Amino acid sequence: MADIKDLEKAAREGKLDRREFIKRAGALGLAAPFAATLLSQSVQAAMPKKGGKFVQGTAHGSTTDNLDPATNENGFSQNVVFTYSNHLFEVDNTGQLVPELAESFEASKDAKTWVFRLRKGVEFHNGKSLTADDVLASLNHHRGEDSQSAVKALLTPVESIKKTGSHEVTVKLNAGNADFPFLMSDYHFAILPEFNGEMDWQSGFGTGGYIIEKFEPGVRATFKRNPNYFKSGRAHFDEVETISLIDTTARQNAIMNQEVHAIGRVDPKTVHLLSRNPSLKILETTGTLHYTFPMRVDAPPFDNYDLRMAVKLSVDREQLVKKILLGHGAMGNDHPISSSQPFHNGEMPQRMYDPDKAKHHLKKSGFEGALDLSTSEAAFSGAVDAALLIKDSAAKAGLNVNVVREPKDGYWSNVWNKKPWCACYWGGRPTVDWMYSSAYVNDSEWNDTNWRTGAAADRFNKLVIEARSELDNEKRRAMYYETQQILSDDGGALIPMFANYIHAVSKKIGHDEQVAGNWEFDGNKNVERWWFA
Amino acid sequence: MHPVIRTILQRLGLGLVTLFVVSLILFSSIEFLPGDFGEAVLGQAALPETVEAFRKELGLHLPMHERYFDWLGGILTGDMGNSFSGRGSSGGQDRSRPVIELLAPRLANTLFLASMAAIISVPLALFLGITAALYRNTIYDRTVNALTLTTISFPEFFVAYLLILGLSSFTKIFPSLANIDPDAVFWERVYLTALPALTLTLVIVAHMMRMTRAAIINLMASPYIEMADLKGASKSEIILRHALPNAWAPIVTVIAFNLAYLVVGVVVVEVVFVYPGVGQLMVDAVTTRDVPVVQGCAMIFAATYILLNLFADIISIITNPRLLHPR
Repeated sequence: MADIKDLEKAAREGKLDRREFIKRAGALGLAAPFAATLLSQSVQAAMPKKGGKFVQGTAHGSTTDNLDPATNENGFSQNVVFTYSNHLFEVDNTGQLVPELAESFEASKDAKTWVFRLRKGVEFHNGKSLTADDVLASLNHHRGEDSQSAVKALLTPVESIKKTGSHEVTVKLNAGNADFPFLMSDYHFAILPEFNGEMDWQSGFGTGGYIIEKFEPGVRATFKRNPNYFKSGRAHFDEVETISLIDTTARQNAIMNQEVHAIGRVDPKTVHLLSRNPSLKILETTGTLHYTFPMRVDAPPFDNYDLRMAVKLSVDREQLVKKILLGHGAMGNDHPISSSQPFHNGEMPQRMYDPDKAKHHLKKSGFEGALDLSTSEAAFSGAVDAALLIKDSAAKAGLNVNVVREPKDGYWSNVWNKKPWCACYWGGRPTVDWMYSSAYVNDSEWNDTNWRTGAAADRFNKLVIEARSELDNEKRRAMYYETQQILSDDGGALIPMFANYIHAVSKKIGHDEQVAGNWEFDGNKNVERWWFA
Repeated sequence: MHPVIRTILQRLGLGLVTLFVVSLILFSSIEFLPGDFGEAVLGQAALPETVEAFRKELGLHLPMHERYFDWLGGILTGDMGNSFSGRGSSGGQDRSRPVIELLAPRLANTLFLASMAAIISVPLALFLGITAALYRNTIYDRTVNALTLTTISFPEFFVAYLLILGLSSFTKIFPSLANIDPDAVFWERVYLTALPALTLTLVIVAHMMRMTRAAIINLMASPYIEMADLKGASKSEIILRHALPNAWAPIVTVIAFNLAYLVVGVVVVEVVFVYPGVGQLMVDAVTTRDVPVVQGCAMIFAATYILLNLFADIISIITNPRLLHPR
């Protein structure tokens, strides 16, 4: 008699119908409900089919895009870079870091020296074999005096990058960083071929599952499958076309009319209408994108702890998630770590709307008058409405908020990081340390709350540095929990909500049950992970 | 020198002066735009020194007049400069693209769409206008008027969405995405651009049709038409042989105006159908502060207006004996 594996195989191949499957599974001693789940799992996990042309529409893209990973910034170029190239490490669909071009790695005890051993036999699209030289050139591309790389700051702690073998690279840092491999999974650190000692991004050759055929900035990119891709069980489509569909209505029209198979950034206002379309499914992931209202703590009135607390307590987060995100998101707890991240402090109680407590803190702060809140749709879609909701809920706590509408143009250079209190967003960073280093530690340029000194800030900065080189995960967890608590209580950022990434995907497309939430489109790796079901 | 040729040369000269003034206004107004390309392209998270390095590479630290004459000199020699985007990020190698290279394929797309809309709409408008004048105040006249006025009264995007709903979502005759491929063959292009061209046609036909009708009806009251009528000429003969030649001047002016609109004013339609034309390129360039591209687009738009108006003037002169032989 066949065992359960044979049954599963038969179900996958369509030789057994549901009734028959459960009957035979019952004969093998399995309870019916369990057999039913087993059936759906085995069909879901059916071997992905190869072939077909996958067309997707992203909400990003601009004529200024190019293939240089150092200046890539929007979702279109991120998706392109993940389609045609690889990185030393990859964040898989469960949020775990797995080696990609690196085969293995070793760290010294102080987390200062990192040795990466590269996978052998990997070829670039032009036939060149991957060696340590390519990794060297690709990383050095973001260093140096005149580098214009957006991630230059991430590599400032790097003391040296050396080739220690034909397929081995050793990186020395001037301070320990337990997250260094995680940083290497960032889209900027694509590994591209070396040419005359420099990284050659101009030719558009990577090691990825797809070879660039056409790259038209602001319009589209087309790819064909790389027959020599080093990963097995990935890159199932024959051809791929990624289109820039910036206009929301145009994007939604395209998927409604089945001209594309997937779109990102579905408008929360119309997502229920799209979900009625029988050929579509809605794919939502809780990401790291969060909306913030940084208060600058270096000057009055926000240098007062009680006033900041009054503001944090006088915001109705539930209402913001319901009305601004239309329920497609989660409440924030005034720290930037998303619940999808490994070190998220889930033990901390959720801060709720509490006008009485807010009144108490407001009285204690001695503040009188109105607070100016600068806002603009440039910060995030719905930022103006969000500010008005804050004004309303704060008024009930006796706090006067004056909403100032700023022009969209030049918002990031004239308002953000300048005005005492404004609306802002952060796409989020894959690691806790990275997020902190971007906007919360005392020596960050973009510390938009200017929360740099004081007992709480000092403790926070000390913990962040300690946790950075701590290789013991349990100790790190304790430190990161504490930092989140400090930030939430004393920090200058009001972080009321985390937004979901919402996609509409054709039912013809198959993917794993779990979809990555670190970026949209399955961590922007969807092109090599998805298939035609 | 023949007076017509002299007039054309005069107009051309004036056109060049206008272009020069436009370039001056353009350059100075862009100076007043808030924000900075370096910050716009490097994003919210760029380091100040990185932005500074970027500005230096682009020559943005030079005084304004120096940059203006540099740019104007380039335009005169057919070089619109290099776009700010696509600059290399290390090693100081310049890998940015010339503006011409960015603009040319987009301009070709825009002209293709404009020609398609023009080929449908101009004959249609003339035909409707002439027949409406011929059957003035009949049911036909009223229906044509009501229909064209309805389509012009709707905003473009609304007409576009209606067409998408009817011809794309329900019946699947045409695609709702018109993002044409540079390698697409001619008929595929025509197929893909059908909906945007149709939208534009619906939007501009009323203006031209009403002007044709009005110009002809206006002339119908003239004594010489009465004469022709008394001579026993048929109604269509009167309109086509006697009225129309004198009516060309206002009609052509309106046609030229609408053609110019087809080239420079179709951003909304381009966005709705995701059509890669100049309008989208310019909007894109404005949001990222890619100044050379903005300037290049604006100069092309200005030149289009000036040339088409010149063309309309010439046609009015040639078709009008009184202007052709001035006393």
